[in-house]
Amino acid sequence: MTEIASQSPSPERSRRDRLPRPLILGGAILIASVIVSIFPAVFAPYDPNTFDYNALLQGPSRAHPMGTDNFGRDVLSRVIHAYTIDMQIAIFATVFPFFFGTIIGALVGYAGGIAETLFGRIVDAVITFPFLVLVIAIVSVLGPGLVNMYIAVGVVGWVFYARIIAAEVKVQKRLDYADAGRAMGYTHLRIIFVHLLPNAITPAVVYWMTDMALAILLGSSLGYLGLGAQPPAAEWGVQIADGKNFMATAWWISVFPGLAIVLTGLGFSLTGDGLAEVLRTKR
Amino acid sequence: MQLVSFIARRILQLIPTLLFILIVVFALVRLLPGDPASAILGDRALDADVERINRELGLDRSLPVQFAVFVKSVATGDLGKSIHLKIPVTELIASRLPITIMLTVMAALIAVVFAVPLAFVAALRRGRLADSAVRGAFQVGLSMPVFYLGLILLTVFGAKLRWFPVGGYGDGFLDHLYHLFLPAVTLALSLSAILMRNLRSAIIGVLDAEYVLFARAKGLRPGLVLMRHVLRNALISTVALFGLSIGTLLGGAVITETVFAIPGAGRLMVDSIYGRDYPVVQGLTIALAVLVSFTFLLTDLVQAWLDPRVSR
Amino acid sequence: MTAAALEVSNLTASFGGGRLTAVNDISFTVRPGEVLGLVGESGSGKSVTLRSIMRLLPASCSVSGRVNWQGQDILTMTDKQLRAVRGGQISMIFQEPTTALNPVLPVFTQIEENLKAHTDLDRAGRAARARDLMDLVGIPDAARRLREYPHQFSGGMRQRVMIAIALAGNPKLLLADEPTTALDVTIQDQILKLILDLRDELSMGVVLVTHDLGVVAATCDRMAVMYAGRIVETGTVAEVFAQPNHAYTRGLLGSVPHAGTERSMLLSIEGTPPALNRIPPGCAFNPRCDFATDPCRAQVPALQDLSPNRSVACFNRDALVAAGSPLG
Repeated sequence: MTEIASQSPSPERSRRDRLPRPLILGGAILIASVIVSIFPAVFAPYDPNTFDYNALLQGPSRAHPMGTDNFGRDVLSRVIHAYTIDMQIAIFATVFPFFFGTIIGALVGYAGGIAETLFGRIVDAVITFPFLVLVIAIVSVLGPGLVNMYIAVGVVGWVFYARIIAAEVKVQKRLDYADAGRAMGYTHLRIIFVHLLPNAITPAVVYWMTDMALAILLGSSLGYLGLGAQPPAAEWGVQIADGKNFMATAWWISVFPGLAIVLTGLGFSLTGDGLAEVLRTKR
Repeated sequence: MQLVSFIARRILQLIPTLLFILIVVFALVRLLPGDPASAILGDRALDADVERINRELGLDRSLPVQFAVFVKSVATGDLGKSIHLKIPVTELIASRLPITIMLTVMAALIAVVFAVPLAFVAALRRGRLADSAVRGAFQVGLSMPVFYLGLILLTVFGAKLRWFPVGGYGDGFLDHLYHLFLPAVTLALSLSAILMRNLRSAIIGVLDAEYVLFARAKGLRPGLVLMRHVLRNALISTVALFGLSIGTLLGGAVITETVFAIPGAGRLMVDSIYGRDYPVVQGLTIALAVLVSFTFLLTDLVQAWLDPRVSR
Repeated sequence: MTAAALEVSNLTASFGGGRLTAVNDISFTVRPGEVLGLVGESGSGKSVTLRSIMRLLPASCSVSGRVNWQGQDILTMTDKQLRAVRGGQISMIFQEPTTALNPVLPVFTQIEENLKAHTDLDRAGRAARARDLMDLVGIPDAARRLREYPHQFSGGMRQRVMIAIALAGNPKLLLADEPTTALDVTIQDQILKLILDLRDELSMGVVLVTHDLGVVAATCDRMAVMYAGRIVETGTVAEVFAQPNHAYTRGLLGSVPHAGTERSMLLSIEGTPPALNRIPPGCAFNPRCDFATDPCRAQVPALQDLSPNRSVACFNRDALVAAGSPLG
């Protein structure tokens, strides 16, 4: 079939110039999420932490579109205010691993040899430990809370970025322009970070999107277990844990925060898929 | 013959991995802040009591000596005693880990049972409605937190409809299966989504392969072409991914067991972490890591069986 | 003259909702025991032709015309009838044995499944027949090698394996898609000789797709030259080589290496064949043709019969005949 593939101009050419649908949809969700997370008070009808003993465990109504919880707090307002914490988790739990993993991965991929072998061992070890178990263990030692969670995730998470970048840099450094750089007498660091890395970084950026979705899942899981954000903070995992004993009678306390998690996760993974598609056709 | 030497080589490779696991576990427990003695006794413990505990746990000796003692005792199956439950950790793990293994195996089977047909449907109807629907379901499946899905299934099928028990583990094998069904479905969802995405693109790749064209040109039935020629080749990369997902699956088991109140190793892990029961945490971490290593071995063997090029 | 075994008439294959025509209204016949060479540069529609005959093109491709095989039109057969023809009466071999053999199945399975589909042999019978087939295509130590996997064979041996698989159902016609292109020159000759020997032994017809006129000269009885999806010239190999009637054929012949020179592929024609979406009006070859005149740019020349075996689609045949054969 190569004959046909090589010469038939794709009938999708006109479609290629447009952005892929997942990217548009995911991007819209993300932009909305970011805006809500920065200005939650603009969108939330009530204060997220004010108790209202006259409105305990009320179902969804005009006054409280997502109902109220067992302290009479407005669930919608808590879901909205939780955007602040959960989007922050998505970013802070991933940006440090992304940064350090990229640097280490670039150095390892460029250096090769012993550094690469040693790094390979570290990767083997890290994938042998269940990630969540490791994070839970570290958080429990450091004490519950978001900052300790970022540290725990960072200790392990950089490995995945480093692995991706190392593989890419290894490919890139064999290409001509790396040789040209060496011939020009550039320093190794300049070749790595100015010439190789910009070409190697796209897969890591795509993974970053997936990782942010995973970070929200992880952050809310820890919140649910009582190891992440601490009550009474408005955080989706915490909210679901708050409502879990009321599932049979007041389902709305847990169900709506969960939908927010799914929606935000969708935003990140659709964006990741769309980005991957765009970057693949560009290559 | 070649397969045997491949297996032998692969088992030998386990040794450094296991040693590395021990080093990491040892380092984690010793080097992180918060020492066991004050965890056990509280902040206002007497120095003498702290010393006694440290001596009991062997923490008063130098690190290399501690490590040597540690490796030796692990090798002989002695993982110490639980601080709170006062029974040997090995015993504790032996009673709890099988539950987790059963849950994980069930979840893996359910994930495969869902993923394979859906991947086929999506790949064969690429770009059509069925494909979009399956891919949309995949995206939602990946974004769904395990504890949330578990809570919903528990409420709907356990508490409301009463089709399944709302927790626990039951007695006897069939009862175990019955109790673990909802948790296993919960745990299976995200793995199923990951496997499906990978298998779908693998199948699409294989469908374009010339050997599939050749198989069709032989006049084989379409079913035979799909099962023998397409599926087998497409499974190779998916099996590797399956192996890599086992760690995530075990992590998910920790949460699932918490949500469904199942007395498995995951639940024990969370309880021990809360209670700072270090010997149990340490023992469980080793056990889980060893479990993952052996799963890697198993998936490597399956891969070697599927793909003769791997082992030779 | 014996009756045709395969009769292709007005075969057209197009992609992209009919916008890209890969094969355009071609007709040819293959007689029993005859080797027909289908010649042209890559992209001329040779492979698509073979695949349309076997209905192996993707569903997105629409095929029209008739492919007459023993009184039946393959293009309108039921799936069941088609399965009996594929591999049983008509077999196909591919250019790249490395990609056309399933890497994860032992060679025996790949032969046996064909025997199972097209013969009544029992298990033991299939095993014996598989060994015979390996002997037939010249693979020594058949019993042991049947248990091996494709990656354990050399390139030439792999092509022999593919031929053994193709022969399993005792086909009456073999469709060979550039069967030697991926092989070393010495191995090429062995494989071509094998195909010819098998043709004699099993009296099957062969359609040999190639871009290599050296291969055509060495193996084929008749040839059909394709350009941009159309047949532009047919005839016996001796006739066409002695006197090409189409400028494209003439160009191809001009690029055949002469004795002692290295085999180089079709370098003497200026330019490249047109992409499917940019086929020029008139004769598709006119932009590259030294003989082109105004009619060539306005109208597609029809394929005209010169004799029962010979036809050509060119407005300036006389000028070409006057110029003689480049092999002179």
